[in-house]
Amino acid sequence: MRNLDWSAVVHAWPFLWQGLQTSFVLVALAMAGGILLGTMIAVVRLSASRPVAAVAAGYVNGLRSVPLIMVIFWFYLLVPLFIGRPVGAFTSALVAFTLFEAAYYSEIMRAGINGISGGQMAAALAIGMTRMQAYRYVVLPQALRRMTPILLTQSIALFQDSSLVYVIGLHDFMTSVGIVANREARLIEFYLFAALVYFAICFSASRVVKRLQHRMAAA
Amino acid sequence: MQYRWNWTILFVEPYFGWLLAGVKWTLLVAGAAWFIALAIGCVVGVLGTLPSRICRAIASAYVDVFRNIPLLLQLFLWYFVLPELLPAHFGLWIKRDLSMPEYWFSVVGLGCFTASRIAEQVRAGIESIGAGQRMAAAAMGFTTAQTYRYILLPLAARNVLPPLTSEALNIIKNSSLALTVGVLELTGQSRQIEAATFQGIEALTAATVVYVMLTLCVIVGMRVIERRVAIPGTLGRG
Repeated sequence: MRNLDWSAVVHAWPFLWQGLQTSFVLVALAMAGGILLGTMIAVVRLSASRPVAAVAAGYVNGLRSVPLIMVIFWFYLLVPLFIGRPVGAFTSALVAFTLFEAAYYSEIMRAGINGISGGQMAAALAIGMTRMQAYRYVVLPQALRRMTPILLTQSIALFQDSSLVYVIGLHDFMTSVGIVANREARLIEFYLFAALVYFAICFSASRVVKRLQHRMAAA
Repeated sequence: MQYRWNWTILFVEPYFGWLLAGVKWTLLVAGAAWFIALAIGCVVGVLGTLPSRICRAIASAYVDVFRNIPLLLQLFLWYFVLPELLPAHFGLWIKRDLSMPEYWFSVVGLGCFTASRIAEQVRAGIESIGAGQRMAAAAMGFTTAQTYRYILLPLAARNVLPPLTSEALNIIKNSSLALTVGVLELTGQSRQIEAATFQGIEALTAATVVYVMLTLCVIVGMRVIERRVAIPGTLGRG
């Protein structure tokens, strides 16, 4: 076993920190976009006409049967073709994550909406709200609140999955670690350090979610 | 930008052969990892429900570690870091004599990662049975081992089949990460074809279609198993 030398990690920290910030921004934007789009898909699946709902269901099931890496490659290839000019890895990764995660968020929101009792919708319609208003003011706020822990758990998974942008070379935390690890020829220290950072973030985040879940169950 | 379509490229040698090889490696990685995941996952899942506090702590530590580190990084740890940390002669054997270390490390890495998820399903499956069965078994004079063997596990096995289906799907999808350590499975091969022919859309479409077909096969297969083992008189699942 070789001697471990952690000074290189300390030295590279500013570079790694930049990568970590990129990861955070990517995840935050994809999360916001994904939940928004996912909620719209869920509403469409539950209340639009049959053909439209079938398209939405096809979207969700289609994306859920393909590996995320594939989706990342797809958008890395398609987004520039579509727009007609090259875009950076960040943009194509953001589009890929938003559209991919929307499929998963929509399943969560669908379960959340289904969990709201039918009387709520009936009451909203009875006092003269339109269907859209009923969703906007009555159903969705409750569904969103009830599903918050699961949405957050999915977002922790999203944070871990964001490491996959490694395959298109976007400088997130994982890619930055890989670059420095190979440059300094210190794979052990850098990869162990990365594991520690990911573990600390995801473990504490999931503890917070668990506590939130308990508090909501008690309320 | 102009894109020149050429779908025939997929059926021309050597590219058709590359795709087939990709499917083969995807199945080999996912299949072998599935056995490891089931074995470890069931053991860890059962440990998590035992009365012993130490057993439960071991189980939850396993799950915490393997669930909170990205799979990509776990594969790197297995492939790049572990051989360096092992005793010298063992590490040397891995580097020199083990054929296709990238395959074996992806299998073990993917297996251990999926095991942590299966363990949670197994634990939930056992806990959902309820304390009544456990207490009834104790009242009949069953030992803990007998309770698990004859009462809890047969019931739990049926409970976990639906979530196991989605884990089986996940392991096929996650096997695509093996390309990052150099296993040319389906996704990797489609990238190869793209690099060789610049027909990216065709290559990715082919791989996507194959993934969707594999997914459908697993879903149908698991449905058949669920029907076969359903307990008569219960609400048949699936």
